[in-house]
Amino acid sequence: MDKNKSNKKPEKEDHQESRRDFLKASSILTAIAVAPATVAKAAEYNLGEKISAAFETTPVNLTINGVKKQLPVEPRSTLLDVLREQLDLTGTKKGCDYGQCGACTVHVNGQRVLSCLSLAVMQEGKEVTTIEGLAKGDELHPMQKAFIKHDGFQCGYCTPGQIMSGIACINEGHANSKEDIKEFMSGNICRCGAYPNIVKAIQEVKNGGQKS
Amino acid sequence: MNEAFFDKKEYKPLDRVDGRLKVTGAAKYSAEYPLPNMAFAVLVGSRIAKGTIKSIDSKAAERAPGVLAVISHLNAIKVPGYQPKGEHPSEPSTNGQPLRVFFDNKIVSNDQPIVAVVATSLEKAQYGASLVKIQYIKEQHKTDLEANAGDAKLAAAAKKNPKSPTADYDRGQKDAFESAPVKFEAEYVLPTEVHNPMELQSIIAHWEADNKLTVYDKVQGTKMTQKNFAKEWDIPEENVKCIATFVGGAFGNGLHNWPHETAAIIAAKQVKRPVKLVLTREQMFTMVGYRPRTWQKIQVGATRDGKLVAINHQSIGQTSSYEEFTESTLMQTRMMYASPSVSTRYRILPLNVATPIWMRGPGEATGAFALESAMDEVAHAIGMDPIDFRLANYTESDPDKNMPWSTKYMRECYEEGKKRIGWKNRKLKPGEVRDGEWLVGYGMGTGTFGANRGPATVHAELDKEGNLVMHCAITDIGPGTGTAMVQIASNTTGISTDKITFHLGSSEFPNAGLQGGSSTVNSVGPAVLAACNALKEQLITMAAAKGNSAFTSAKPDDLMFNKSELQLGGKSAKTTLADLFKQNNLEKIETTNESKPDENRNKYSMNAFSMHFAMVHVHPFTGQVRVKKIVCCADAGTIVSPKTAESQMIGGATGGIGMALTEDAVMDHRFGRYVTKDLGDYHVPVHADVPDIDVYFVNKPDLLADPVGSKGLGEIAIIGVAPAIANAVFNATGKRVRELPITPDKLI
Repeated sequence: MDKNKSNKKPEKEDHQESRRDFLKASSILTAIAVAPATVAKAAEYNLGEKISAAFETTPVNLTINGVKKQLPVEPRSTLLDVLREQLDLTGTKKGCDYGQCGACTVHVNGQRVLSCLSLAVMQEGKEVTTIEGLAKGDELHPMQKAFIKHDGFQCGYCTPGQIMSGIACINEGHANSKEDIKEFMSGNICRCGAYPNIVKAIQEVKNGGQKS
Repeated sequence: MNEAFFDKKEYKPLDRVDGRLKVTGAAKYSAEYPLPNMAFAVLVGSRIAKGTIKSIDSKAAERAPGVLAVISHLNAIKVPGYQPKGEHPSEPSTNGQPLRVFFDNKIVSNDQPIVAVVATSLEKAQYGASLVKIQYIKEQHKTDLEANAGDAKLAAAAKKNPKSPTADYDRGQKDAFESAPVKFEAEYVLPTEVHNPMELQSIIAHWEADNKLTVYDKVQGTKMTQKNFAKEWDIPEENVKCIATFVGGAFGNGLHNWPHETAAIIAAKQVKRPVKLVLTREQMFTMVGYRPRTWQKIQVGATRDGKLVAINHQSIGQTSSYEEFTESTLMQTRMMYASPSVSTRYRILPLNVATPIWMRGPGEATGAFALESAMDEVAHAIGMDPIDFRLANYTESDPDKNMPWSTKYMRECYEEGKKRIGWKNRKLKPGEVRDGEWLVGYGMGTGTFGANRGPATVHAELDKEGNLVMHCAITDIGPGTGTAMVQIASNTTGISTDKITFHLGSSEFPNAGLQGGSSTVNSVGPAVLAACNALKEQLITMAAAKGNSAFTSAKPDDLMFNKSELQLGGKSAKTTLADLFKQNNLEKIETTNESKPDENRNKYSMNAFSMHFAMVHVHPFTGQVRVKKIVCCADAGTIVSPKTAESQMIGGATGGIGMALTEDAVMDHRFGRYVTKDLGDYHVPVHADVPDIDVYFVNKPDLLADPVGSKGLGEIAIIGVAPAIANAVFNATGKRVRELPITPDKLI
């Protein structure tokens, strides 16, 4: 997706899009249903590039990693796809797109959330924290340090989700024992099999952070 | 040379050199390069397993907002490398004809990619893809291995060459099994398993000019990819660039270039924009290979006091109708034990399915399930401890190749593993040990994999501040290749690890093979060693030329760095790197060095060995199996990166738990389609499934295998795990499960 989408409405992208067929666009079917007849008519006559864009996106106000943003997003866009494709915050990973693997875990208002199962438009007014927002400048979050120290990853692809989940796991009070951690981290799959090391990292942070 | 100085060859645990990038989200995987004007492609797969496409109605999709193109065999540009006679130009190690995407209307497997919808956003492409209507002419398909086993055949490579590893093999007496005092025979089945790395297979294809292609691609070989696409598009190799700096796991599925990659390249050419294509999780089951369903039958003949007399082992593994995928399922049966007579029969069965590809511990992991289960079964039949039985048949040389081992330290593994798992608590008779209401069982399995090595080249640069920067085309799918190479370089030079950088994952860098077959440290490590020694040689020559007599007869091995100071034989050489560079008016020195396998490979059998021990709990009423402890022992030569190596073993054991207990790609043969095609239905181990895993490395160098002394680790980490768990389940319950996975229904 064009990166400039993040701060302004998409301009006419190419000739194909200018020929868009309004009535075929699923995202606006509901909109059409409630739209004034003139708008639907305008669409039928292919008059509506701008109207179309307006219907396709809706502004959403949210705070991402401490920065307030207003974004035009398509109602069908997941928070995950908006983060990755619109904002280039690719630290949040897509592993399955069905909420089965946990790679896309972010914090919304401090709670862990699967961003692939959350529509971006539903985050109005909320605070989203991604892996990119954890470190304070050069100073890593204790969980990030603990993952490095205990080698809680190999390929690194599930890692952002594991870290976001691990932090939430402690905040939820679900990190009181190794068994507890394993149970409440089981929504985060690691195919490389770094599980025992991830558990060690979470235990260490729970018990007071780095002891190196 | 100062001995004490070289005692520092000990490798210490080091945090991953790319750890910071991975924990901050800064590591960029293949779909994460933000190119301007990017378009997005979504693939539509066939709904039948065999037949032809009758029609494609793409009108609605073409008219959908943002859709740039709907590409199929009807309108795809001609791929110059697709030959008229039907040859695909790339040369994967599978024999046959790789699928040519969008070439014609033939359907050869279910979910074969047949249409790509390209749009200005992912959502638009997804929606466009949902509008494509395809009609088929269906033909009767065959997807069931067992039902079609009669059609299994010898691989073409074996027909051509009777010495091929997949050819029929016989040693000793043909009828030795028949006359053995103890005869055991059983069949084992391994279901289709899917690599399922966490990163979905992804590619960004970017034509930078008409004949200049860059791909950001999830692959295990950047040079392989460069070569294949150069051939496919009939352009010079140097015009193709493959970037794979970070690979989010692969486990083998990046060892082949797949149709979705070509689809993205075609799309990029057609819409004249960079195209990003990310497979869905379902497509990971059908488009990028899998471990093939394999049936095995094994016969073991032994004497009553536990000496092997004969092993006959046969297997049938599935492949596609267009490529002959083969693997080393039966190779370890030939060499693991001192059986005087051994016969193997390896067959493949072409079905209307996509092509399999090597999955971690390929072949050997499949074969070990049968062989190591059978060893346990025979030991039980003759009332022997399974470790004693294996030790009674220990072989001090390779009985297949008739060569000495380069190194083999399995006795150490047996001893250490027994101790660590608590083997003394095991009872010979199954079902005798309990912990509360749980039945307790102990089991073990062994594994082996060739200490493979190929040619590799490393470029190294040393600047006057003592920073060492290296480049190599090798990829890192997760084991920690950069970390290992930095450790080898640091150990060779004395330069501290924080001053060394190892760049990898680009076809622009010097040559390396695939990251596969446990060959990376064995191949690239020696090239790092060679480059470091070449730099040292340059320094020695420079110093000697400037009249520093201490250097006149010095050898690279004598020279080490101690911070900025140079040392010879452990003593100060009274000069610094900065001085030396200044005297010679240099900013940096550099070198490019290749390292290749040597003739020792013709004299010795080189293998890494592993031994896995499992302690399981089985619930007698529910049949639930909990793996309580695993001990992994490995004879993998020198361990150059102890921290990441331990993680690799833990990861292999975790994969083995999946093989043993949960992983099963179930196909509905009425449609030739998987019913378990996401991570909710295809169960890979999660946190709660994995116990503490204790890792022991023999850590003795094998300098015949390569100058680093490493024998490779990735494969042996998983080979033998599944039978260790199956054997432990038997020891707990007296129930022998010969078809994986061991689900509760098979135990109650």
